[in-house]
Amino acid sequence: MITSEKIKELENKAKVIRRHIIEMISRCQSGHPGGSLSSADILTVLYFHKMKHDPKNPKWDERDRFVLSKGHAAPVLYATLAEAGYFPKSYLKTLRQIGSSLQGHVDMISLPGIEMSTGSLGQGFSAANGMALACRMDGKNNHIYVVIGDGESQEGQIWEAAMTAGHYKLDNLTVILDHNKYQIDGRVEEIKGIQPIADKWRAFRFNVIDGVNGHDIKSIIKALDDASKAKGKPTIIIAETIKGKGVSFMENNPLDFHGKAPTKEEVIKALEELI
Amino acid sequence: MAVTLAATREAYGKTLVELGKINKDIVVMDADLSVSTKTCMFAKEFPDRFFDMGVAEQDMISTAAGLAACGKIVFASTFAVFGSGRAWDQVRVSMAYTRLNVKLVVTHGGITTGEDGATHQANEDIAIMRAIPNMTVIVPADAVETVHVIRNLVKEYGPSYVRLSRLSSPIVYGDSNYDFRIGKGVIMKPGNDITIIAAGIMVYQSILASEQLSKEGISVRVVNMHTIKPLDRELIIRCAQETRAIVTAEEHSIIGGLGSAVAEVLAENMPVPMSRVGVKDMFGESGKPDDLLEKYGLTSKDIISAVKNVIKRK
Repeated sequence: MITSEKIKELENKAKVIRRHIIEMISRCQSGHPGGSLSSADILTVLYFHKMKHDPKNPKWDERDRFVLSKGHAAPVLYATLAEAGYFPKSYLKTLRQIGSSLQGHVDMISLPGIEMSTGSLGQGFSAANGMALACRMDGKNNHIYVVIGDGESQEGQIWEAAMTAGHYKLDNLTVILDHNKYQIDGRVEEIKGIQPIADKWRAFRFNVIDGVNGHDIKSIIKALDDASKAKGKPTIIIAETIKGKGVSFMENNPLDFHGKAPTKEEVIKALEELI
Repeated sequence: MAVTLAATREAYGKTLVELGKINKDIVVMDADLSVSTKTCMFAKEFPDRFFDMGVAEQDMISTAAGLAACGKIVFASTFAVFGSGRAWDQVRVSMAYTRLNVKLVVTHGGITTGEDGATHQANEDIAIMRAIPNMTVIVPADAVETVHVIRNLVKEYGPSYVRLSRLSSPIVYGDSNYDFRIGKGVIMKPGNDITIIAAGIMVYQSILASEQLSKEGISVRVVNMHTIKPLDRELIIRCAQETRAIVTAEEHSIIGGLGSAVAEVLAENMPVPMSRVGVKDMFGESGKPDDLLEKYGLTSKDIISAVKNVIKRK
């Protein structure tokens, strides 16, 4: 059983990660705050509660692996990895700067803890399938996690990969859909709707855990635990999230903050809300 | 010389099985063309290490990258048009940017794919594959060389593109025991008046051309440039210095392939008269491979006339 202290600790950790996201993006005046903030709680639970990993030994053979298929949410992964101890937090100040290991979209070669380079949507999910296949071949007792976006769900490759995971019955794989309902050009349902999304995944032979509050630590933990128990099928957790979560003016104007940095005044206001 | 025919894809399939027995990290993937690409041989022998990804080339390449990220040596196969074109972005991001150990070995390269027509004739693949950083790009001259290529790729870590053919083609290496090294061109015939730099099935056509030309008193050097990237710049520059004229020959568009790569080296280092034999800036069509080679200017006759024209410009 998870204690209320642990829940509190994770909630605080998510807040710290959100502060990093705001600070990083504002420093370089470039990046994607909305979709980073919406997946902050999911990554917090994965890295500080659920996953088997060792920041001191990033290549540990038995580790669980995480792939951020929505690679534009790089700041949330950088902030999480830095908090976990994969690299010094001072690195976060270099996001998107020339010569930095913290590329605009994640790069597995330049930074420890990154399992796959992503940024061209859809590809990370396929790569996660490859990892799940390899780990199963090698008889490993580990799990592969991949976060995809809802705009990303318009990519054909997502559905090719879904077919692969379903066909090969990858029960050592869990997909988490960061369902924040917005993409660059507008509301996902207005641009090119993906509903009924849970039915789609069921049709692709997935164990579907839907209606999960992607900002409630307890709900995320329960969904991930249920996913670990599923046998003979891959699982998708459809996490209902809010774009820009944690910063009121971003939540209210998600379209303004998909790929735009906040101004100085906005940063002060945002950080005040994240104490 | 007596001509022995063999298909590079057959050699590929057999070599995969041979290597699969020795190296348990080798994994093979295909996109519903395993019978054509000959990965079916590996699939039969090692079903647990073979994944048919169905008609989904993009998914295949990124999945291959995930397998490679876990230490597997992945051979992924399909037709050249699909592997290079359909999955170009996946090759670029999942496979090359990551420098992962994925070998994209494609068959049915070039116009000799024949009856399937323009949609299935990859005449642009070398251009778009060599433009991607970190990629090694190889076009073996025959089945003998294909064996060397595949064996070497297992030893050398990193992403690569290997282009094979559909047809059985003439063996140019009577003795398989030659010094094959990735990135090192092979002088097939000595000569002083001009050098033909060729790859793939055009190596044989170049040898035929050189034999005919020698009867006419023209001494032709023939180089098999099996590795288009990294290109053997030193050999190209040496040939330009020593023979003062170059013709390239490839079963590919003259835009962006071997001919362009050689022209880049010459222009920057040792400009000499040169000419490119290859498919002009056009799509192919359905037809018998030999008829297509004739119609699209890819025979020894075309090489001979290119040689004569270039020599006039010396």
